[in-house]
Order: sequence, then structure tokens, then C-alpha cells
Amino acid sequence: MTSETASAGVKPARPVPWRDPAIRGIAYQVVFVAAVVGFIAFLVHNTMENIGRQNIATGFGFLHREAAFGIGETLIEYSPADTYFRAFLVGLTNTLYVAALGIVLATLLGTVMGLARLSSNWLVRKLAQVYVETFRNIPLALQLFFWWGLLNKMAPGPRDAIQILPDVFVSNRGIVFPVAVANPAYRWVGAAFLAGIVLAIGVSRWARRRQAATGRQLPAGWIGLGLILGLPAIVFLAAGAPLQLDVPALKGFNFSGGHTVSPEFAALLIGLTVYSGTFIAEIVRAGILAVSWGQSEAAMALGLRSGQRMRLVVLPQALRVIVPPITSQYLGITKNSSLAVLIGYPDLVSIANTSMNQTGQAVEGIAIIMAVYLFISLAISLAMNLCNRAVALVER
Amino acid sequence: MSTLLSKRWAVVAVLAALAWSAAAQAGPTLDKVKQNGAVTCGVQTGLAGFAQPDSQGVYSGFNVEICKALSAAIFGDPGKVKFVPLTAQQRFTALQSGEVDVLINNTTWTLSRDTDLGFNFGPVVFFDGQGFLVAKKLNVKSAKELNGATVCVQPGTTTELNLADYFRASKMEYKPVVIEKLDEATGAFFSGRCDVFTTDSSALAAIRVGRAQKPDDYVILPERISKEPLAPVMRHGDEQWHDIVSWAVYALMQAEESNLTKANVDDALKSDDPAIKRMLGVTPGMGKMLGLDDKWAYNEIKMVGNYGEIFDRNIGAGSPLKLDRGLNGLWTKGGLIYPMPIR
Repeated sequence: MTSETASAGVKPARPVPWRDPAIRGIAYQVVFVAAVVGFIAFLVHNTMENIGRQNIATGFGFLHREAAFGIGETLIEYSPADTYFRAFLVGLTNTLYVAALGIVLATLLGTVMGLARLSSNWLVRKLAQVYVETFRNIPLALQLFFWWGLLNKMAPGPRDAIQILPDVFVSNRGIVFPVAVANPAYRWVGAAFLAGIVLAIGVSRWARRRQAATGRQLPAGWIGLGLILGLPAIVFLAAGAPLQLDVPALKGFNFSGGHTVSPEFAALLIGLTVYSGTFIAEIVRAGILAVSWGQSEAAMALGLRSGQRMRLVVLPQALRVIVPPITSQYLGITKNSSLAVLIGYPDLVSIANTSMNQTGQAVEGIAIIMAVYLFISLAISLAMNLCNRAVALVER
Repeated sequence: MSTLLSKRWAVVAVLAALAWSAAAQAGPTLDKVKQNGAVTCGVQTGLAGFAQPDSQGVYSGFNVEICKALSAAIFGDPGKVKFVPLTAQQRFTALQSGEVDVLINNTTWTLSRDTDLGFNFGPVVFFDGQGFLVAKKLNVKSAKELNGATVCVQPGTTTELNLADYFRASKMEYKPVVIEKLDEATGAFFSGRCDVFTTDSSALAAIRVGRAQKPDDYVILPERISKEPLAPVMRHGDEQWHDIVSWAVYALMQAEESNLTKANVDDALKSDDPAIKRMLGVTPGMGKMLGLDDKWAYNEIKMVGNYGEIFDRNIGAGSPLKLDRGLNGLWTKGGLIYPMPIR
């Protein structure tokens, strides 16, 4: 047939350009991108125009001016004589501090509760379920007010503070406890601690290789723990055990000395931990349930004890399911920490709000908040993606 | 396929039209107010005596009545006001973005707000100063004894800055607890989270009377650590609107100075005094210059009252706050209230 030879040798005629799917596809994309860019450009232009007409100051020059307001809790040195930039840094460190602690504590709580929900003990299982269903379904903002109100209203004033441990006082100004006064020897103790961790990892690797080669086991976990805790202890004693405590004492209105955990910080940390812990518990439970029972049975058939079964067989497989959704939870904890504004913990948003109001430069302030949260979130995502790659299934 | 294409273009066209019309809109404030049929007035979320909603959400107070007087001057009706409750942090953005036409909410007149924030201030309606509220049981007699105190304060206020300045200048330490909402901030103070609550002393009086379970357990310390001239705030770039708000306030003050009250203003229409005839529009001209009806000042006095009446009813002798006129008395009686001549 002639048609066969024709279709083999002759190219089909190209359609006219406006009927060509390829060209049309490109055209749509160009139009769409142009529309988006144009719209953003318009918004920026419009905003600048309006700001200009009202003679509102613009730019980030205000960051170098004196902030002139006080901040209640600071991890780095700060006084009202410092700049707005320094104030933003204080807010950022406060945000990172509460978010980092929240992530660690929520992970611990969530893992424990997730395992508890799978417990064979009826009471433990049901208690974990009640915890998850209660705290998961109450808005975080309400929970923050609850914890904050509890700490504020239940605790007595500083002059009637309750002493729960020697030199540890609870009042509505927070929990204040003694801290060690800085000493040059502590740097060596810290170095010994790090060295202990490195050695422990080395021992564990060597033990694994030896077990693979000879079949003989070594209690590498206990040896590692001994190294991590023992080395710093030896260095501490060798330096003459220099321990001088900064003990809190009631002076005037409040305690001075020691370290204070404020009710705002405590309420925020408890709120974030308890709320996000519920989601993490469900993720952990789902991850473990995703590992088929056959795996456990096979492990039992090999004679592994229940701890080994969990650690060597179930968890490594469960982590593949757990890590990606837990990343979202970590991001959530970081972003939810901005609810600190409600109860007066000076996080980044709280500081930015004050700065915006004192300088009137709301656009710049919001831009800083957005950029910082974006940066933190991307950093967490990156770290968790690396973690995910480490636990992901290695296909052969 | 072509219908889909045209639909997409239609969407783009609508978007563009919306965006551009939004840009073209911002005209003089008076036109906008008349078009909306109401003045949009930014007030506090709730401060006894100054601006507070009742259980039905109807606002009353000193600032509220000044808004009503403004509405009376513009519309001949004190009810054409839309009240927008704003926290200390929300107020400036709300005004800058045009969400409200004027702020009458105890905002302090400062240089940076007048310049960098892009605002104009009307006449000072209340001369205030920042003070400290403390519990009596702490036995504090003076602000100089506050070293080491924990202080509850609202963010984004001049109060927050004055507080830092005062403790710096006095070489004292303090710990701020900064909470945006007045309810939570005062709640934290009354529950004992803070030793001190600080803001303008008039507001302290309102908080002590309106929010403490036993007002007598609390005392306002004698020191006034700042000047707080509280004035209406408008956006830069609309001189006519600035004039209207300013003269609407001056008219209230002038009415008190000229002994014109809500009760006697009708009789005063028959007065022979040329100044009163000009002000009340019997001799026409003043209202027109402002772009308002010639009855503008008459309407304000008839429908709301003069400055002294508004003061007494809401925050002065006739109110639970019982604030003295003090600095807020007429200049003829030793105060600072000095209306500019209406002529």
C-alpha cells in the first residue's frame, strides 16, 4: 500500500503555529509567568507608591538605630542601648532556643507515647490514647493560655515562693535554680565529653566489625556510656572538682542569682511539646505498624530478644516511614513557636512586632520575619532530608 | 480550545482591573468618608472611660464621643461612625493602610510618629503622663524604689520606651513582661506575674477602677515619668482632612470657653456676639472653608456637647474614674486647653 511507504518516509506536515501543541504550550507558560511577574511587580510598585505618598520611611537603616526598649529574656547580652539589629538577634536566639528544646522534648514524648499506644498493657495503651486524642484536638493557642494561666495563677508570689528542692524555688516569676559559676576547667570537661562521644562511636564500630568477623559480642552500649560520662568526670575530679554555685536569693521584689525559667517560656515549651508530641506519637505508631508482623516473627525465629528485635529489625524499617512526616512536625514546632506573642515570650515575632510599631516600617519587619522563618525551615528540611537519605531503603 | 483561551484572558483582565482600580482609588479622605456614609474611627479594644464596648457592642467613652462629634460636624448626625477596635500594635498599620480614617485612641504625639511613620497629629485632646500601678501590699511609696521589679507593659507603645529610659536614667534594673492584649497584660499584673503595671496615668486610673477586684488594694505611684500628649492621628498627604479633624476638636474646646453647652446652644443662636455667630454658622462662611456645612460646630455641641461636658461625663467628676481636669482644664482656668480662634 502506498500509505505505508508514505508514512515511513514523509514527515507529517507541521500544523499552523497557533495549532501546534508545543508552541502553544510554551506560549501559555510565557503568558502565565509574565502575568505572575507583572502582578508581583504591580504590588511592589503600588506599595512603594503609597508609602512614598505618605512619606513613610523605608529601607533597613532603622536596624542600626538604638532600639530603646527592654527585653525580658535574653540568651545573649542585650540592653535598651543596643540596636534594633541586636534586638532581632535576641528574638531569633529565643525562637531557636525554644524550638530546638521543643523538637527534642516532643520527639521523646511522642516516641514514648507512640510506643505506649502499641503496648500490650491495656491501661498504658488507653492512657496514651487519651493523651493523644485530648491534646491533638485542642487548638495550640488555647493550650498556651491554659499552661500560662496555670503557672501564673497557681504559683505564689516570689516572697511566698515554694522551695521544692534545696535552693530551687517555684513562684509566679518562674522556676529559679542554682547554676555553677563559670570556671576555666569546664572547658576541659566539655572537651572530654566530646572526646567520649567520639570514642564511643569508634568502640561501637569496632565491636560491630568484630562481631561480623568472629561472632563474639561486646557490650558496646555500656562501654560507650561509660566513656561519655566517665571521661568528663575524671577531668572534673583531676581539676580539683571546682564547683561554686550561684545560689538564688530573694532580694527586693524578686530572686537574684541562679537561673530563672520564666512562666512564659515554660508555658510555651510545655505547650509546643505536648501538642506536637501527639502528632509524633501517631507518626511513630504508624511507622511501627507499617513494618509487617512477619519481620518480627522472623526476628523471633532467629532468637533475638524483644529489645534487639525492636532495635535491629523493626525500628530501622519503621524510620523510613517515620522520618518524612516527622520533618513536617519539626517545621510546625518552629513556626508554632511564633504563638509566643500571645503570652509575652520575646520570640522573633514579638520583637519584630514591637520594632515595627516603634519605627512604623511594617513591610521591612514582615520581610525579616518571613526570610528568617524561611531560612530556619529550609535548614531543618535539609537536615531531615539528609537523615532520611541515611535511613532510606538501599536498593541493590 | 479558543473559549478556554479567552476565559484565561478574561481572568487576567479582571485581575488587572481590580489591581489598578485599587491603585487609583486613594482620593481625599472627606470624599471617601462621605461616599461610605460614615467616619471610620480607630479606638482602643476596651479602656474604661475612654473607649469601651458594652454587652451589645455599643462603644462609649471620651474618645468615642470625640469621634461622634466629628461625625456630627461632617454629617449632622453623631451616629455615622464606624468604630474599629485596635490594639497598640495594630493601630499604625491600620491607619497607614487606610483601614481607618483617624485614630482617636490615646496615641502619644512624638517626633518619629509625626515623620517616619507618615502621620499628622490633630490638637491634643488629653495631656497625660506615664505612671506606675503597684499593689499596696508591696509597700512601695515611690518609683525610685522599683529596682529589680518585674513590669507588665504593652508592646509598641511610647510607654515601653519611656520605661526603658526611666530605668536606664535611674540606673535601676527591671524585667519587662510584654503582652499585646490589654486584657492579658492587666490579667498578668493582677494575678501577680508582675510587680508593676505601667501606662499613661489616666489609663492606670481606668484599669484600677475597671479591672481590679478590689481597687483599694492598688495604688498609683506619684511620679509621672513622661509627657504623653494624646492627640488624634491622621495620614500624611490630606491637608483638608487634617483641618477638619483639628477644627472639629477646637470647636468643642471653644464651646466650653464660650460657655456653650448641649443645653443652651439653641438659645445661643440668638446671641449678638459676633464670634459665637460665626462659630454656630449664624454668620455663614466658616463651615464652607472647611468643606463642611455651616452648622458643623452647632451640630457638634447640640448633639454631643462641649469639651468639658464630654470630659466630665466619661472620665471626670461625673464618672467612676473621677480624674481632675488638672492640665486638661481651659487655659483661662490654669490648664493647657487652648482652642485656636475660629475666624
